[in-house]
Amino acid sequence: MNDKRETEAASEAAPLSPVGEAAPVVNNRRARAPVRKQANRRKFIRSAVMIGGVLGLAMLGYIPVASARKSRLRPPGALEERDFLSSCIKCGQCVQVCPVAAIKLDDIDQGFGVGVPYIDAREQACDFSCDAVQCILACPTGSLTYTKPPALEIRAGMPLAQAPVLKAKENDPEPTLNLSERIGVARLAHPESCLAVQGKGFSGQARGADFRGHLRYVAVDRWKPVPVRDHPYQRDLCDLCVTECPIRDAIHMKETIAADGSKQYRPEVLEQCVGCGVCEMICPVEPAAIVVDQRQPWSA
Amino acid sequence: MSHFERIRVMFGAAPEKPTVVTPEAKQVHSLKRMTKADFEAIKQHARDHELVTHKWRNRRWAVLILANLLFTFSFWLDIQVLEGALTASRFVGFHLIDLNSALQVMLAHKHIIVNLFIGTATVFVLWAVLGGRSFCSWVCPYHLLAEWFEWLHLKLVSKKLVSDHEFHRGTRSVFWVVFALLAVVSGYTVFETISPTGILSRALIYGPSLALGWVLLLLVFEVVYSRRAWCRYVCPIGLTYGIVGAVSPVRVEYRLDKCFHEGDCRKVCLVPHVLDVVIKGRAAEMTTPIGPDCTRCGLCVDVCPSGALVFDVKGLSKLL
Repeated sequence: MNDKRETEAASEAAPLSPVGEAAPVVNNRRARAPVRKQANRRKFIRSAVMIGGVLGLAMLGYIPVASARKSRLRPPGALEERDFLSSCIKCGQCVQVCPVAAIKLDDIDQGFGVGVPYIDAREQACDFSCDAVQCILACPTGSLTYTKPPALEIRAGMPLAQAPVLKAKENDPEPTLNLSERIGVARLAHPESCLAVQGKGFSGQARGADFRGHLRYVAVDRWKPVPVRDHPYQRDLCDLCVTECPIRDAIHMKETIAADGSKQYRPEVLEQCVGCGVCEMICPVEPAAIVVDQRQPWSA
Repeated sequence: MSHFERIRVMFGAAPEKPTVVTPEAKQVHSLKRMTKADFEAIKQHARDHELVTHKWRNRRWAVLILANLLFTFSFWLDIQVLEGALTASRFVGFHLIDLNSALQVMLAHKHIIVNLFIGTATVFVLWAVLGGRSFCSWVCPYHLLAEWFEWLHLKLVSKKLVSDHEFHRGTRSVFWVVFALLAVVSGYTVFETISPTGILSRALIYGPSLALGWVLLLLVFEVVYSRRAWCRYVCPIGLTYGIVGAVSPVRVEYRLDKCFHEGDCRKVCLVPHVLDVVIKGRAAEMTTPIGPDCTRCGLCVDVCPSGALVFDVKGLSKLL
């Protein structure tokens, strides 16, 4: 291709090129004129097809977004899903600051969501080990934000009634998390498999010896989350979802007296639940009896 | 060629022959009309005194690899020098935001927070000083991969196994406009979904992904069908930085008196239309700055046997 261009160029520069070289090229050029016209037409069609092809492939990215029945659990402070996808610049700075590596980036199978952060709570929940919701601080575009700009939608049931108190910070001068909206809300999805509902206790590693998730145990080390497998439990009545919840008054163990006089237990999610997913991660039964419904508003 | 004309060429127009040629340039053009034997002799003399090297290519590869590794190691080793990816990052705390990604986000989200503005402005100034599209050849990881695969493409072309199919260069401007419109209308950063720059940068930092399959597909397309197709005809990032580079003082400069019009520079160039001026009879002045679409990769500077193409910083070179 390049060679062809060179000859073409030489012929066009005929008046100034060395004597004797230009003449045959000029003739050649005249003879080739219809051929070049055809080549140009082909080039034009080829270009149009290429534009269509690339745009078509790019728009394929809409399919996973449109067909997703359930969106992902996003990091704390995430805007509403549509705004979140449009504002995220896909840099992963939130991933880099998370002390428990709870945040992962989506792949191209998520279409427009490629490179956008999400949390798989069952594998590694956000336990607010950073104390300050650092992913929000790291976000350069405001996809994750402490306070939404006025123009953006705030759905009913999403704002938290009070600033959530972080159990680990309870004795600090400022015990609250700078978080004004929940990212989801926990729900006892499978009460039949819940150990507390069955009146059972739990002892051992909550998620087995192979589980790689980390959790901050203030009693062990406030500043360094440790693997859950290194922190076995011994409970007469399983209440891990209640005790390991990092937020004050977000969940409690409800005790009722049945008709036969026996005590019945059931973990009950309260309005201060922010949807971090620690309960889902720590739940020792398979599949988890308690799960986080992402982007769900609170309803009493 | 006027500066305006060079910008027009960047958007896809074919370069035009000059209408006004300075007397000095005219004289050089006419002096070059000598007998073939004399011309060859002078050419040989010039060649003997200027060795073809890979100086700029090697420097550029080193910078490109180091820049990308700095991202990777900032995360892996937690040294926190350059956190984030090419789309947006923090260099020892200062926000840096890729201009095209920023544009996409601004158009799609329609809300600009202070950090986004600061990061974008910083990067704008940075690349306006450093040469606009020099981002492509000195930083973009896809550029390096494409450069390596281009070698394979040229090898296959020389064995007549494949041939290069050119597209109209205006397609890139079409893509730029369409992707901008798509962002505004759909509210999604559509281009980011298929941007090999973003995909590769994230893969280098956060680990391999399925999206690398798309990058591989692009590379295969470039090897078997069209030389450097993505960078030449599609990538809106290149055009965004090209526009910034239109005001940049860092560029390659062409010196008519040293040129023997052999055309080696146009053969190695990613964007040969910017080197239209090196064609015999095209130069209107003794020295001509190469247009904003030039990625300042330095391949032409390396390959030129007679030193007719050199890096130049407008204003600074005269001062020194």
